[in-house]
Amino acid sequence: MKMKLPAMALSALMIASPVMADLVFPSLSYRTGPYAAGGIPFADGYADYFTMLNARDGGIGGVEARVLECETGYNTEKGVECYESTKGEGALVYQPLSTGITYQLIPKATADGIAIHSMGYGRTSAANGKVFSNVFNYPANYWNGASGAINYLMSQGDISGKKVALVYHNSAYGKEPIRTLEELSAKHGYDLTLIPVDHPGQEQKSQWLQIRREKPDYVIMYGWGVMNQVAVQEAANIRFNMENFIGIWWSGSENDVLPAGDKANGYKALTFHGVGDDFPVFDDIKEHVVDAGNAAGAGDQIGTVLYNRGLYAAMLAAEAVKTAQEIHGVADINAAQMRDGMEALEITEDKMAALGLPGFGPSFKVSCENHGGPGLVGMTQWDAAAKEWTLISDFSPSDMDLIQPLIDEDSMAYAAENKIEPSC
Amino acid sequence: MFYREAGDFKTSYTDDNQTFPIKFDRYRYYVVLAIAFGVIPFLINDYWANAFLLPFLIYSIAAIGLNILTGYCGQVSLGTGGFMAVGAYACYKLMTSFPDVNIFFHVIAAGGVTAIVCTAFGLPSLRIKGFYLAVATLAAQFFLVWLFNKVSWFYNYSASGQINAPERFVFGVPVTGANTDAWATYLFCLVFLTISAIIARNLTRGMQGRKWMAIRDMDIAAEIIGVNPMRAKLSAFAVSGFFIGISGALFFAVYLGAVEVGEVFGIQKSFLVLFMIIIGGLGSIFGSFAGAAFLVLLPVVLKLIGVDFLGWPTDIVAHFNLVIVGALIIIFLIAEPHGIAQLWRVAKEKLRLWPFPH
Repeated sequence: MKMKLPAMALSALMIASPVMADLVFPSLSYRTGPYAAGGIPFADGYADYFTMLNARDGGIGGVEARVLECETGYNTEKGVECYESTKGEGALVYQPLSTGITYQLIPKATADGIAIHSMGYGRTSAANGKVFSNVFNYPANYWNGASGAINYLMSQGDISGKKVALVYHNSAYGKEPIRTLEELSAKHGYDLTLIPVDHPGQEQKSQWLQIRREKPDYVIMYGWGVMNQVAVQEAANIRFNMENFIGIWWSGSENDVLPAGDKANGYKALTFHGVGDDFPVFDDIKEHVVDAGNAAGAGDQIGTVLYNRGLYAAMLAAEAVKTAQEIHGVADINAAQMRDGMEALEITEDKMAALGLPGFGPSFKVSCENHGGPGLVGMTQWDAAAKEWTLISDFSPSDMDLIQPLIDEDSMAYAAENKIEPSC
Repeated sequence: MFYREAGDFKTSYTDDNQTFPIKFDRYRYYVVLAIAFGVIPFLINDYWANAFLLPFLIYSIAAIGLNILTGYCGQVSLGTGGFMAVGAYACYKLMTSFPDVNIFFHVIAAGGVTAIVCTAFGLPSLRIKGFYLAVATLAAQFFLVWLFNKVSWFYNYSASGQINAPERFVFGVPVTGANTDAWATYLFCLVFLTISAIIARNLTRGMQGRKWMAIRDMDIAAEIIGVNPMRAKLSAFAVSGFFIGISGALFFAVYLGAVEVGEVFGIQKSFLVLFMIIIGGLGSIFGSFAGAAFLVLLPVVLKLIGVDFLGWPTDIVAHFNLVIVGALIIIFLIAEPHGIAQLWRVAKEKLRLWPFPH
């Protein structure tokens, strides 16, 4: 009873106290389940950035940010429950970090007038803002990733006649790049082999046996969670040259390569933001969040790839809030104003430098027609001895001449199916 | 005191044979129906519908379906998730192929398609029993999920392999798609649940149900007294498939709106529905409701208490959730192996004698 009474008194107090103005950022996180290794650092980074803004600047434009965390376990049913339970709190933007939940929320959130930012995941054709008014996937999407990987391979040498294998999570997420890679294969003349891995991907012996038999020159992987580390381990077991093994950005975190030890050395992964903790913003996080004892989770993820991604997502959301505050002239914005802010968002080098994140991501500008940004992707490589990722290329453009028609085609099919009048 | 036959005279066989022969019980049933149809639709909001009521209604239909097969006919099935997927994909194909037909008929047709598929997978039950049948239905589960992932005709060749429910109307009110109202989706599912439960209840207390139970209790003896095991078993698979198909169709079209087969209709779904009927009570329609309510409500209630009331971190609550639900399942199975339905029966017996138990 000793524990219960103060808790009850506290919650009674919370109910009784007047509603204060705040900016609500629901975080549909997953700290449990087979994908927790990826979900935890992202959720920590997302929460820590807002904690830092609150402590350092007193919120965004003078209004406190509140992160409302809800555990989904990467499960779509729980994701729906989380969405319904948080939307009434004045949620500004949803970042579900799950392609399945994103698909679920696209029609619901659009009907409710709340924005979704599926950064580097979700439905790729949502980049067409004419059809998907409330969905954003800047700065890069899956198809940019596929094209970026092929571009990188072409910069390393002639790709025609070479064999490329795609090892993918057999779900909506993993199937996303297939069409793009097929079109690119027709254009550049490489052979594409598709190798699906079923959820959760703990057993990949047969897939890697197939790779061993067919001897592809390059392997591209679209994996997530435990699937990544198993794949890297299996690739090491068949002595596949790690230099020729490229993961999408969801297959390129420390969790994925550490279990394989030294054998993972040289493994590559795409990215759309910087790696490491060598940025001024991390000093602020240390001072205002970690040292103050307010770090989210266990506080041991700072500077990892996925933590940085969560932080980047939070930074883009905070910048969109600032843009919205400028447009509408109010500090305590609502969901519709947030959407306008996201649509008018512009990220420049100067802005990032001012935020303590110089060169952390590409500069880009969102518009009503283009919710996907320019699609600039970079390449990182794992150094097993130093245990760190390094950026080995610039953020370079992907083949938008090929991707844009695909985006238009898929989004217009969605518009026809759901009777949406293209706007803008 | 309560639930007494005393003073409740029946003057015809029809009266004597009705589902709720005790007057008090019958009135309670009418009150529940009246509240479900007449009160809740006016109070419901999106959160209540999507977090509690829709999953409860839909899982209840699935549990009734599985209960007919496993609880009444004794054929253990681990293919429920796969059969729900058949219902969902059948509903999707029908919705997109015949957009002018009312969704109500699509859902029923989806149940019919699932009944056929389920019967086909029930054929091995004529030769194998028990654990071996469970493994055969497990194969159905994996095969069906693989099929819906592999053959792109089922998801209309969409790039992602997802199926999305287009907007459909009943009497001009949207029940699927994004612009639905909570009360409309709730009533739509409630109508299906009510009809399913009435059909199931009357099937199971009639001749067909007795045949199923005879097969369940001892198939050789049943055969000797003249029950055709092939017909009895396959009819159980068909009826069960029909209800499970309806629940799968509603799960996809009304509740989730977008579905990815491996994630939504995986093996966990089969186990979840099986747990529902085991906890609720095998061979009881009320048990199907109780089990569905127990396993749908408990995690959400624990989450509300843990996160919103006590303010604990979400991951700790999620872990505790698993521990508590698991512990409760074990406690239930030890304390009352016949499930919540048996508790309800015992409570009724006690109430009957109360306050003079001697």
